[in-house]
Amino acid sequence: MSALSMNGNKKLKEIIMLLRHTPKEIKERKSLTVNPAKTCQPIGAMYAALGIHGCMPHSHGSQGCYAYHRSTLTRHYKEPVMAASSSFTEGASVFGGQSNLLQAINNIFTIYEPDIIAVHTTCLSETIGDDIPQILGKARADNKIPEGKFVIHANTPSYVGTHVTGFANMTKAMVDYFAISNGHKEPKINIIPGWVEPSDMHEIKRIAAELEAPIVMFPDTENILNGPQTGKYEMFPKGGVTIDELVSAGSSQGTIALGGLASGSSARALDSKCKVPCEILDLPIGIKATDRFVDTLRKMAGVNVPDTITTERGQLIDIVTDMQAYLYHKKVALVGDPDQLISLTEFLVSIDMMPIHILTGTKDKNFEKRIEKITADVPHEVNIASGKDMMLYHQWVKNDPVDLLMGNTYVKYIARDEDIPFIRFGFPILDRIGHSYFPIVCYRGGMRILEKILEALMDRIDRDSTEIAFDLVM
Amino acid sequence: MRSIQILKERKRQIYHKGEEAFKIECGKKSLAGSVSQRACVFCGSRVVLYPIADALHLIHGPIGCASYTWDIRGALSSGPQLHRMSFSTDLQENDIIFGGEKKLYQALVKLIDLYHPNAAFVYATCIIGIIGDDIDSVCRRVSEEKGIPVLPVHSEGFKGTKKDGYKAACEALAQLVGTGSIENRGKYSLNIMGEFNIAGEAWTIKKYYEKMGLEVAAIFTGDGRVDKIKKSHGAKLNVVQCSGSMMRLAQIMEEKYGIPYIRVSYFGIEDMSKALYDVADFFKDNLQIMKQTRELVREEIKAISPEIKKYKKILSGKRAAIYVGGAFKAFSMIKALRTLGMEVVLAGSQTGNEEDYKLLRDMCEDGTVIVDDANPLELSKYCLEKKVDLFVGGVKERPMAYKLGIGFCDHNHERKISLAGYSGMINFAKEVYSSVSSPVWQFAPGRRGGYIKDESP
Repeated sequence: MSALSMNGNKKLKEIIMLLRHTPKEIKERKSLTVNPAKTCQPIGAMYAALGIHGCMPHSHGSQGCYAYHRSTLTRHYKEPVMAASSSFTEGASVFGGQSNLLQAINNIFTIYEPDIIAVHTTCLSETIGDDIPQILGKARADNKIPEGKFVIHANTPSYVGTHVTGFANMTKAMVDYFAISNGHKEPKINIIPGWVEPSDMHEIKRIAAELEAPIVMFPDTENILNGPQTGKYEMFPKGGVTIDELVSAGSSQGTIALGGLASGSSARALDSKCKVPCEILDLPIGIKATDRFVDTLRKMAGVNVPDTITTERGQLIDIVTDMQAYLYHKKVALVGDPDQLISLTEFLVSIDMMPIHILTGTKDKNFEKRIEKITADVPHEVNIASGKDMMLYHQWVKNDPVDLLMGNTYVKYIARDEDIPFIRFGFPILDRIGHSYFPIVCYRGGMRILEKILEALMDRIDRDSTEIAFDLVM
Repeated sequence: MRSIQILKERKRQIYHKGEEAFKIECGKKSLAGSVSQRACVFCGSRVVLYPIADALHLIHGPIGCASYTWDIRGALSSGPQLHRMSFSTDLQENDIIFGGEKKLYQALVKLIDLYHPNAAFVYATCIIGIIGDDIDSVCRRVSEEKGIPVLPVHSEGFKGTKKDGYKAACEALAQLVGTGSIENRGKYSLNIMGEFNIAGEAWTIKKYYEKMGLEVAAIFTGDGRVDKIKKSHGAKLNVVQCSGSMMRLAQIMEEKYGIPYIRVSYFGIEDMSKALYDVADFFKDNLQIMKQTRELVREEIKAISPEIKKYKKILSGKRAAIYVGGAFKAFSMIKALRTLGMEVVLAGSQTGNEEDYKLLRDMCEDGTVIVDDANPLELSKYCLEKKVDLFVGGVKERPMAYKLGIGFCDHNHERKISLAGYSGMINFAKEVYSSVSSPVWQFAPGRRGGYIKDESP
């Protein structure tokens, strides 16, 4: 860093030392979160809403909320992120946000012309008690919603749940507002992909296409948050699930929900509203979880698994076979969101690695139970926690060091502090590219995860080996 | 492409120089539903106080506000790094119902015991203003118990704009100022204000002042330390950069301690030199200072001139758009871009006032578009219309510019290189040059021969 060298290299060492603020001793902390492993619901709702074609996500709160969400998503995707805000003032927080939301709906449809506005609430509007359905009813009565346009909403107070549940709530709103059964079952399957990247959504669609299983996917952020350079600034890029598709989801013959926490509630809502039966599966990360997904899709759609998919599966297993010596009993510490970690832990255990610290910021009883079960045979003590922070994660690593860290960008402090190889995994990734273009789901995604793991571990071997032991062929 | 419309109510916030009589509305709340690039009160307070590295920064509210502001500003510290942690009371539903004061108290006590900070700032977020936690009394209590200043920052997001957040931050800082001893403070001392040490910029500026023979008492708030802030009222002059953020504190210190202030900018050769001369002029009873200043300016300019000329040759005639937080930054930017031979065809800010915009108008050529609180559609519309080669802005503007196939220079929190001072001007020129003349634009569908093709509706 040029700026640092300006101040003299002498100081550099000192500065690095001083980044270390995590005490080794673990003490109970109830009233305090240090270095969060989560963020608030509204950003999840915004991300889900971006997966609808022609949608303007709308934050019903003060201006800072959506500015932060847009900035974070922009940093994660390096893409423009569109959203609007009710821009609460002191007046709105005393007299309620109705007039702000009505004015916002009117302005958005007049100037930006989206097909749909997806409103999510914030801690502010929830606490003052704005009743969104009532306000939307008024907007409709006052003809503020043009013919053929829609406004949907999800309640996402920031003091409940996390970004993951915010995503789930907005996804469920898509079902609540649109899915209608037309009385008979159409030959197609709904796939609710969960909070995964646009690249993962693409991969899931590709697998379905290989199986020749017609699907509807929602939300779908492909071509919205990983779009090409076009020379134009498009507010509403070409991707996203359409309203017609969302309506038709009510007549599909079945739903596959990937990730219980992010997608489960939507799948159940479809079942009870439109009698579309559902299977709630883990995210297809790793061999076993992908097997379950492919098998469920095959059965539900009544199709066969083509050789191309079998080959991909075989290639993934081939890499594991070839490289098993490097993976054997390597200790890993994971931090991230529940759905991702459940599948990732299962994958790591299945390739003979030892995930020994597994922590999520989202409170989820099911998570702890599942991880306990998956790691039951790991020959090492395993730390599992939900609803905790990165400080605890760091403390675990300090007390029982590992060979590899996996988590979002913020783990880089810990990686540097403890000098442990680190793979970026999850949300947000603010300092690397790739996640929006290359998947981590299904068999090919498994290969990518393996490539990353092996590269990190083997780079470390190269770095640490003596000149005498430095090896060409590995 | 459909022609981009401008909201009727927004039209008065946009001015076309040379085409109409000057009138621009500003300082308005953003319209509900417009896609503004603005943020909130909390954001303003947080960015201003964040660089104080040996203080505890505790965010009282639900988790989001703490998550989104965890180490997002590259404000460097030469010592402690406590400011780069994220601390939150992480309020849950029950706390919203029963109040969060107890939680706040416990969190503060725990953190102070653990990190022994020299002061603590407690940021009130939106919800605190609604549920009515008395953070002042909690802060007072903890301060008494722990023997360090614990300062409430009234930064509820909805209580105004980012500017009000600056004000709240200044008021919190004002409580610290004047609580330390100012014995031994020399006659030739100043405070640097509104300089946040992004990429080490405050260090550059401090070095200049020291070379001039001046003593820097405190920097607000880049590489900031509580102790120096406490003693900052011993300085003889406050030198304020950045239009909005530190003016309130400078005013308070003038009223309370009789310390005069001057406004400066450290960006671009012209304004940087003017800043140093203005400061030297203030201390004119000491002729040595002016002499040393002249030498410094001469040497620095001599050192960078040949390289600047090189860049100017290449960049001459290219067109730039600037969109910044405070308008003050825009003035320097226009001059600096002119130094590089470039022309500013679109200029705007999130929070400028009428005076700012008048000045902007006077500086700009006919045909320049001036906007207040613009949205990305408006920005992209004018970029295309004005055939812009370079956009200077912040995090939310970067991907928009790139999608259009326009070069970009970050002049906000996320810049990685120092743009202040003379060395900063070279960095700026390099960055502008590398982006404007990047070979990637040959693949950009929107551009032909280096210019954007006409995108008339």
